[in-house]
Amino acid sequence: MYFAIFFALIALTAVTVTISFFDLGRLNAVVALTIAVFKATLVILYFMHLRYSSRLTQVVVAAGVGWLFIMIALTLSDYLTRSWL
Amino acid sequence: MIPKQPRTHYLNISYGFKSWLFTTDHKRIGLLYLVSITLFFFVGGAFATIIRLELATPQGDLVQAETYNKLFTMHGVMMIFFFLIPAVPAVLGNFLIPLMIGAKDVAFPRLNLLSWYIFNLGALFTIYAVVSGGVDTGWTFYTPYSTTYSNTHVLATGVGIFITGFSSILTGLNFIVTIHMMRAPGMNWFRLPLFVWAHYATSLIQVLGTPVIAITVLLLAFERVVRIGIFDPALGGDPVLFQHLFWFYSHPAVYIMVLPAMGVVSELVAAFTRKSIFGYDLVAFASIAIAVFGFLVWGHHLFVSGQSVYAGMIFSFLSYAVAIPSAVKVFNWTATLYKGSVSYQTPMLYAFGFIGLFTIGGLTGLFLAAMGLDIHLTDTYFVVAHFHYIMVGGTIMAYLGGLHYWWPKISGRMYPEGWAKLGALIVFVGFNLTFFPQFLLGYMGMPRRYHAYPEEFQVLNVMSSAGASILAVGYILPMVYLIWSMRYGPIASSNPWPATGLEWQTSSPPPTENFEEIPVVTWEAYEFAGQE
Amino acid sequence: MAENHAMTPHALAHHFDSLDQQREAGTLGMWVFLITEIMFFGGLFLTYILYRSKFPHEFVAGSHALDIRLGAFNTAVLIGSSLTMALAVYYSQVGSRRLLVTYLTLTMLLGLVFLGVKGIEYTEKFEHHHFPGADFQWEDPAQAPALDGNPGAGKVDGRHVEMFYWIYFAMTGLHALHMIIGAGLIAVLIVLAVRGRFTAEYHMPVEITGLYWHFVDIVWIFLFPLLYLIGRHE
Repeated sequence: MYFAIFFALIALTAVTVTISFFDLGRLNAVVALTIAVFKATLVILYFMHLRYSSRLTQVVVAAGVGWLFIMIALTLSDYLTRSWL
Repeated sequence: MIPKQPRTHYLNISYGFKSWLFTTDHKRIGLLYLVSITLFFFVGGAFATIIRLELATPQGDLVQAETYNKLFTMHGVMMIFFFLIPAVPAVLGNFLIPLMIGAKDVAFPRLNLLSWYIFNLGALFTIYAVVSGGVDTGWTFYTPYSTTYSNTHVLATGVGIFITGFSSILTGLNFIVTIHMMRAPGMNWFRLPLFVWAHYATSLIQVLGTPVIAITVLLLAFERVVRIGIFDPALGGDPVLFQHLFWFYSHPAVYIMVLPAMGVVSELVAAFTRKSIFGYDLVAFASIAIAVFGFLVWGHHLFVSGQSVYAGMIFSFLSYAVAIPSAVKVFNWTATLYKGSVSYQTPMLYAFGFIGLFTIGGLTGLFLAAMGLDIHLTDTYFVVAHFHYIMVGGTIMAYLGGLHYWWPKISGRMYPEGWAKLGALIVFVGFNLTFFPQFLLGYMGMPRRYHAYPEEFQVLNVMSSAGASILAVGYILPMVYLIWSMRYGPIASSNPWPATGLEWQTSSPPPTENFEEIPVVTWEAYEFAGQE
Repeated sequence: MAENHAMTPHALAHHFDSLDQQREAGTLGMWVFLITEIMFFGGLFLTYILYRSKFPHEFVAGSHALDIRLGAFNTAVLIGSSLTMALAVYYSQVGSRRLLVTYLTLTMLLGLVFLGVKGIEYTEKFEHHHFPGADFQWEDPAQAPALDGNPGAGKVDGRHVEMFYWIYFAMTGLHALHMIIGAGLIAVLIVLAVRGRFTAEYHMPVEITGLYWHFVDIVWIFLFPLLYLIGRHE
C-alpha cells in the first residue's frame, strides 16, 4: 500500500518534470500545480492517514486550506481590480 | 457559618520560586501570566501618561517630536502584544478552562509553561528595544518607513513580537485540544459555559492568524538586514502587500482581545441576573461567526492606502456583516437582564460598563467601515477613540470584572466590596472623560500621532488628560486592594455568588488536580433552578 | 510483551484518563500546529503569486538558472523519506523495535541527503552572486547559461530577478530549517526507540513526528513546481 503510493508519487514527479519541457502557454502553471495538488492529496490521505482519521481532523485540515484560500483570494481581489477604474 | 479553606490547595501545596517557575499546573501558570502582564500593563501605562501630559498643552513642550513618536509606538506595542492579547485568555482562560470543563489540566501542560517562558523572552527583546532607545514606527510598522528609513530599534521589537507570537499560538493550540479532548463525562458542547465557547473561537484566530504576522515580521526583518525590495517600492517591492499581510493578522487580533472579554461578560451577566443567558446557542455561534467574519474584513484598514475601490467595497460590506453577530451578543445580554434578579455587585458593574462602552466602540467602528466617512476620519483621533472604546472600555472592563468575579476562586479570599465598587466607578468615569472628547477631536479633524496641535483643540485635550489621571487611579486601586485581600480578605466559600459552572463546585482555592473526583455533568449551562 | 505492559503506566501523563485520549490529543495538537504552518508558508506563497504576476519575465529568467535535475532528484529523495517515515510509523504501531529503528534511520539519512543537495545548490548560487543583497549580480541574460533557449532575454531587470531570488531563498531556506528540525526530532526518536521506550500501546511521538515530516514533504511538493518548473516558459 505505502509502496504503491510511493511509486505513484515518483511517477507523477517524472510526469510533471517531463511536461515542464514543453511549452503549454498558460497551461504550464495549471498542469504543474494540479499535479502538485494531486501529489499532496495522496500524501495527506495515505501517508498521514487522513482518510482514516476522525471527522474532526478532516475539518481541521479543511479549515487550514480554506483560510489560506481566503487570504490569497481577498488580497488578490485588491490587486486584480486595481486597473478597473 | 464562616467558610473554611481546604487544608491543601494549589497555592500552598508547595512553596518557593522553583515550585512556581517549573510548575505545570494551569492555575499557577495563569497566575504567572497575571504577574507578567500586570507589569507590562504599567509599563504601557507609563508611556500613555507621558503622552497625555504632553498633550495637555498645544505646544510640543514636554518631549520632542521624535520622542513622542517613540512613546506612542511603545505604548501600542506594549499594550497590544504584551497586555491585551494575553490578558483574558492567558490569565483567566488558563485558570478557568480546565476547571469549567471538568479536566485536571490543559491537554499539554508543559507546552503551557513553555508558552509563558516564550512570552517573557519576547517581552525581553521588546523591553531591550525600549530601554536602548525605543522604536518610532507606530505599532503598525508600516513599510517602507520601518524597513528603510527608521533608524530606531525596529529589529529588536520585531524579534520580540515574532517570539511572543509563538506563545499566543501555543496557548490557542492548547485550548483547542483541551476543549475537544478533555471535557468531563456528560459535558457536551451545548453544556459548555459561553466563556469556553468564546475562548474556542479566540483560539481559532490565534492559530490561523498569528503565523501570518510571524512571516510578515520575518520578511520585514529580512528586508531591513539584507536591504532587498520585499516591500520597498524603490526596489520593486510593494508596501501595500505589507499592509495586507499585517492586517490579515492584526484585524482578527482585535477579536483575540475582545472575544474572550465577551465570554467573561456572558458569565457575569448570567451569574448576577440568576438567569440562563437568553439565546445560549445564538451567543455561542456568534462567537464562532465573529472569529470567521473577523478574517474577512482586514481591508477596511487600507481604504486610503491605494487599495482598489472594488476590494474596498467588498471589505466595507463584510465589515458591516461582522457587526451582526456582535449585536446579537449585546441584544442577548440585554434580554437576559429582563425580569432577572439583578444584583449590582462589582463584577456586574464592570459587565454593565463593558456592554455600554463596547456598543459605542462597535457603532463608531461602523462609521469607519463606511468608505466615504472613513476618508474624513482616517488617522484622526476618532479612530483612536474608537479602538480605545473597544479595547479599554471593552476588554479591560471585562478583564477587571472577571478578575473580581473569580478572585475568590483564585485566591480563596473575598475582595473588599466597597472599595471595589468605588474602583469600578472611577474606571468608568475616568475612561469616558479620557476618550469621549477624542471622538469630538477626531471629528473636528485633529490628526493622531502629533505631539503639538492648534490651540482650538486644547479644552478637549485637557479634559482627556484629566480623565487619564482619574483612570490611572482606577487601575492602581484594584491592584492595591486585591493584593491586600490575599492576606486580609475574608475567607471565600467555594461558591460565594452563588453561580453555576463546574469551577464553583470545587473548593476555593481548588486542589492541584482541580476536583476531588471528576464530575459527571447532567445539567445544562446556567441551570439556576436546579441549584439548591 | 510483559515488559511492554510494565512500561505503559509511565507513558500515561497524570491528567489524561487513557492512552487513547492522550494519543488523540497529541495527534490533534500536531494537526492544529500544521495548520499554523500552512498559514506561515501561506504568507510566502501569497507573496510569490503577487510578484510573479508583477515580474513574469524576471521570474522566468531566475527560474532558468536553477538546476532542474537537482530539484527533481531532491523531490524523489523527499518522497522516499516520506515512504520510510510512513513505514516507521507502521512498525511502531505493530511494536517492532528493530524495523522502527531501521526506518527512522533511513528517513533521517534521506533527509540529510536532501539537505546536502540543497547545500550544493546554495553554494553554487553564492558563487554566482545570486544571493540577494549588496553582492547580488545578474549578468546580461543573453549571455546567461540557457538550458533550452531563454525567452525572457533582453527585457529583464536584474533588480527584479533579485526578487525571485529572495523568494527562492526565503521559501527553500525556511523549508530547509523545518527539515533540520525534523531530522533533529527523528534523531531523538531513534535514541528513544533504541532504549525501548515505544511499544504497540505507546508510540504517539513517532506518529506525530511522522505527521510533521510528511507536511514538510508536502511543502516541497509545491515549492518544486513553483520555483523550478513553471518558470521554464512564459
